[in-house]
Amino acid sequence: MSDRRLIALGLALIAACAFFLFWGLKGPAGFILELRAVKLASLLLVGAAVGVSTVVFQTVTGNRILTPSIMGFDSLFLLVQSLMVLTMGGLGYAMTGGPAKFLLDTALMMAASLALFSLLMGRGRGDLHRMILVGVIFGLFFRSMTAFVLRLIDPSEFAVVQQVMFASFGAVDTTQLAMAAALFVPVFALLWRLAPSLDIVALGRDSAVGLGLRHDRLATVLLLLVSALVAVSTALVGPVSFLGLLVAALAHQLMQTPCHALLLPAAAMIAGLVLVIGQGVFERVLGLQSTLAVIIEFFGGLLFLYLVLGGRRR
Amino acid sequence: MIAVRNLSHRIGGAPILTDLTLDLPKGGITAIIGPNGAGKSTLMGLMARLLPIQEGQVEVDGHCVARTKTEALAKRLAIVTQRVGVASRLRVGDLVGFGRWPHHHGRPRPEDHAAVERALEAFDLLELRGRFLDELSGGQNQRAFIAMGLAQETDWLLLDEPLNNLDMYHARALMARIHGLSRAGVRSVVMVVHDINYAAAWADHVVALKDGKLDFQGAPREVLTSARLSELFGMKIGVEEIAGRPTVLHHA
Repeated sequence: MSDRRLIALGLALIAACAFFLFWGLKGPAGFILELRAVKLASLLLVGAAVGVSTVVFQTVTGNRILTPSIMGFDSLFLLVQSLMVLTMGGLGYAMTGGPAKFLLDTALMMAASLALFSLLMGRGRGDLHRMILVGVIFGLFFRSMTAFVLRLIDPSEFAVVQQVMFASFGAVDTTQLAMAAALFVPVFALLWRLAPSLDIVALGRDSAVGLGLRHDRLATVLLLLVSALVAVSTALVGPVSFLGLLVAALAHQLMQTPCHALLLPAAAMIAGLVLVIGQGVFERVLGLQSTLAVIIEFFGGLLFLYLVLGGRRR
Repeated sequence: MIAVRNLSHRIGGAPILTDLTLDLPKGGITAIIGPNGAGKSTLMGLMARLLPIQEGQVEVDGHCVARTKTEALAKRLAIVTQRVGVASRLRVGDLVGFGRWPHHHGRPRPEDHAAVERALEAFDLLELRGRFLDELSGGQNQRAFIAMGLAQETDWLLLDEPLNNLDMYHARALMARIHGLSRAGVRSVVMVVHDINYAAAWADHVVALKDGKLDFQGAPREVLTSARLSELFGMKIGVEEIAGRPTVLHHA
């Protein structure tokens, strides 16, 4: 029964990809197709990373409301970017393109996210109020710091930072994409192998330990994998705050199962669907570009409010 | 036998258990009683390696808890705590199925399904197996979690305050089921109980903790006396024998 839903998702995703690639194809087909294929690949990769990482993160932290982004990850990304502009100068920042900046971004974000996530473990796990507060406070702190740093830099350099403040699937470097893919494949493979253990982690620490799972070690490994996924996808396209929340909620709603071997692929495909269809409709049908992030934030934000106010705590 | 030797535990500098040494006999029901903050749940957590042992030693049937592999220990001892933080939306059948994890690690075999059936049946959950946990009453929920511990098919079953939030009817029904398990010789049950009368009625052995130390232990009939209980809880407690069992009168 559950597998049929996965197959349906897969078919829908293939259809969406075909629509994205071939809709309104005019002029030099080869050139356009190549451009679109790169964009499609980045949409699918980022979607899978965001979807899978959010589901894993929510399972490890034992809640259904918080995501890495809501924990202040995005504000941290902006802070790191504006600090880089401040220290290197706008020109230096713009010049440090390609693999070097990508690797630097990823490493910085991974280190920072691990520090951030470690606040969630230990005795605070399962204490939703504490986690939301930590997220809100850190998000606010990072944003204020960013605003402060932005005051310090030159107005012309401010434009450089502004460029990365919203997610953009328009300008993805193929080298970066290949590097991201090379990192994601082993991470996904490892998570796939850990999927049955994730089902046990979801029962909470006490039950998991009681069942003989090496819970604390596994939780650290999982959070490390999550931070790798989040860091790379943020470095690739920029922050997409509420996409993960939207996708994880949809995946749980659709699959209605505790089995992560089904949840993880479902989340990856739903995220791909949302991004591909959204981006396709915005580019081709509405003729607007790079506002997809705004729309996702809008609906994701509404969902977040619904989850917080609606009383469904888990 | 669970052997506790010179066990001490501190949380944030405050002593919770101090040099505790005791033996929990195999077979039957052992009830751990004592006032709030006596260290009952900490003792359970240490015996089931939910907490790291700081000082001293715990052995379960001769296997040192600190040194035995956690996977192996999960086949000897199951613990049901007061449920916290289940992130998944689970059906009763799935939850009880997870109790088999120590035996199959993600690949259930036919004997695992059979064990789940037995556990569901023992706790009268067969009709509820398709229901989600958040659709159940407190008593049904409690039963489902204990059934998970039962499905683990271990010699020892540790229950931390299983009667919490249950009304008289459901508490009695649950105790009768647990008693049945311990009588059939399938499980040795250790449980934390707050209502002394349940310990008096169902337990074979009572362990009383106070301020992290052993206050007294023994068969309920012998140790549950007015003098001992009054001293344990620091208030006047009357004990009358009614229908052959010591009955605690906290309003005496």
